Amino acid sequence: MTERYDVLVVGAGPAGLAAARAAASHGARVGLLDAQARHGGQVWRHDVLHGTPRPARIAFDLLARTRGHVEWLPQHQVISADHRTLLVETPRAAVRLSCGSMVLATGARELLLPFPGWTLPGVTGAGGIQALAKQGWPVRGKRVVVAGSGPLLLAAAATLRRHGARVLGICEQAPAAAVAAFAMQLWRWPARAVQAAVLRTRLAGIPYRCGSFVRMAHGRDALCGVDVDDPHGPLHIPCDLLAVGYGLVPNVELASMLGCALDHTRIHPCVRVDTLLRTSTANVYAAGESCGIAGLAAARIEGSMAGHAAAGFPAAATALLPSRQRARRFADLLAQHFALDARTRTLAGADTIICRCEDVTLAALDGFTDARAARLATRCGMGACQGRICGTTLAELDRFPHGGIRPPLFPARLATLATGDPSTP
Amino acid sequence: MSAAGTVRLSVDGEPVAVPAGSSVAAAVASVAAARFRRSVRGEPRAAVCGMGVCFECRVRIDDTPHQRACMTPAREGMQVSTDD
Repeated sequence: MTERYDVLVVGAGPAGLAAARAAASHGARVGLLDAQARHGGQVWRHDVLHGTPRPARIAFDLLARTRGHVEWLPQHQVISADHRTLLVETPRAAVRLSCGSMVLATGARELLLPFPGWTLPGVTGAGGIQALAKQGWPVRGKRVVVAGSGPLLLAAAATLRRHGARVLGICEQAPAAAVAAFAMQLWRWPARAVQAAVLRTRLAGIPYRCGSFVRMAHGRDALCGVDVDDPHGPLHIPCDLLAVGYGLVPNVELASMLGCALDHTRIHPCVRVDTLLRTSTANVYAAGESCGIAGLAAARIEGSMAGHAAAGFPAAATALLPSRQRARRFADLLAQHFALDARTRTLAGADTIICRCEDVTLAALDGFTDARAARLATRCGMGACQGRICGTTLAELDRFPHGGIRPPLFPARLATLATGDPSTP
Repeated sequence: MSAAGTVRLSVDGEPVAVPAGSSVAAAVASVAAARFRRSVRGEPRAAVCGMGVCFECRVRIDDTPHQRACMTPAREGMQVSTDD
């Protein structure tokens, strides 16, 4: 069975919600799909204790008030694709969705860097524990160390505290001077400055250590403490949870499968788009973090632009270009001030596991200069995550670039795969 | 019968109650072991990314193996098995 839409939007975070609304405002029939059960993406994730963030609720409610029609397709995981058709798996079935044009709003994932003990239960991403806590993961009374880099650490700490966790401290790897310089620039983005001020109030009393990173996690079957390298000397902090994330990485796997050219200027590729957010593949647009990490404001503007353009109204998209450029400059500020300290890339020891799916150690990867050879010899990147974690890590460690992805994009049921390649009618 | 706003399910045979809207990952984390799977080498592993990317939280749910617990809303009466 193939369902047809004028515009398909993949990802229902801020960019995808904006894209769906913009496309439908021109009367288009839009399919908005997400692998998650709820809309909002990561930044606007529903919280079991505190509800759906207001902007997410508003953005979703607006979809019902457009000229066109937006069909919300939750728990729709894209398995395979060509530029007109997606093969999608739902909890019950496999479906094929075809379209006139497509907007990729696939967002980003966290950059996780390996260090001894990082595979222990109790060690999660920073955005990871934030997402889990919002899903009802019990953190009340737990002692948590938040570590890594970037403003996301503050948001994660605030969520944890709101859910009753005892946040023992935030370890930001960027030096104090860089963090101060970043804060000095925030006035240029008033919304960000207000957000920072609110977070500061919510985080009152929590130590914020700059130039500080976790070098090792301790525990037998679960985490019991961490060793921290701090400018004022080494620290050992007993804790129940470590939330550690070193920034965000664009999700480009679907774009790549669709043949969209990627921009390899930075360590982790992003989708290459022109000023109308067109990718190099005809009728495929991209918006938000998948085009390079720039945050919420840029994602919303780009979502709108891509939605207008995908519905065939490029003038409406062009009108938003100046605000897009302004929001995108925030990305440069982030990249500049939260650049990773080289020491954070050298924490893994010879016996530290790099590929968590197949338990491949760093030493086992010595001598390999490309992902394919390493995969064939060690199974590195062959597990369920398809190298999304270890491939990104190895690129960051300057071992070899991510080897890319082949269909299926995610592990799928045999019955789904039997539905066939979407490029064949 | 379940209390309003609560979902009851079982994790490795142990009854668990979580707030409505919680994920299966939250239910597994609520039991004492809080382990989701054993790695290739036999190490205990638990959820990491919380958003369906890392696959460390995969469990068996109602006889369907390899389900990402963080992507699956907890439902009344679900039978979850770890170490799948």
